[in-house]
Amino acid sequence: MANKKKKTLTPVQQQYQSFAKEREPQRPVIKNSIRAFFAGGTICLIGQGIQDAMVHWFHYEEDKAGDPTVAILILISIILTSLGVYDKFAQWAGAGSAVPVTGFANSMCSAALEHRSEGYVLGVGGNMFKLAGSVIVFGVVAAFIIGIIHIFLGTGGS
Amino acid sequence: MIQYFWAFVVGGGVCVIGQFLLDVGRMTPAHTMSTLVVAGAVLDGIGWYEPFEDFAGAGATVPITSFGNALVHGALAELERDGYIGVITGIFEVTSAGVSAAIIFSFIAALVFKPKG
Repeated sequence: MANKKKKTLTPVQQQYQSFAKEREPQRPVIKNSIRAFFAGGTICLIGQGIQDAMVHWFHYEEDKAGDPTVAILILISIILTSLGVYDKFAQWAGAGSAVPVTGFANSMCSAALEHRSEGYVLGVGGNMFKLAGSVIVFGVVAAFIIGIIHIFLGTGGS
Repeated sequence: MIQYFWAFVVGGGVCVIGQFLLDVGRMTPAHTMSTLVVAGAVLDGIGWYEPFEDFAGAGATVPITSFGNALVHGALAELERDGYIGVITGIFEVTSAGVSAAIIFSFIAALVFKPKG
């Protein structure tokens, strides 16, 4: 895609693009990945703890305990977002804080808080799904297509 | 105890994949999340997500990939039970806990808190 775009540019513009690219700061991929690994791993570890607590004390079945666990993690994430803690953590952790469901909740909550001044209907209601919306849309469309494929293959729910 | 170890390692691993998509693939966070959700959906479509969950526990249910998995899971379960219309009615069957919780708590937060930072 980048190449296709380049063709429509004048030589000077192309020159500038390569000039800018050379001076772009290198991303510390290794350091970011290590941080993401430990942050994400820790969140999953906490999730595992909650899940086990659900099974032990609230007598959920092993494979049903995931739903309340996710809800509790989301609640924790939203409290931390409201206190301004989660976003600081997210800056340090990168994808480690964004990939778990806590990041999904964070994106919704921070959008809700940020647009609060525009009113509850247009601001909070309209902007809550700004980032989370793409996740839901693509998830649902993918699920629909996979469902259709299963119908055609005749392999109903597996 | 071994379950906790795998939850940590697998959950961390999924996050590293996300970080790679961000840094090496130069994707925006929204593209990264959408890719991971679709990946989770496809994995469940071919029946690999459930064994993955059994193996990694929260390492598989906490990352956003499990959202895609849950969408497909609901759709396929209702497809089995109610026929073709189940593909549409079942999609939010399983994920409703997460999505509802996120909407409700976010709204309450917006009522109570002011933005920080």
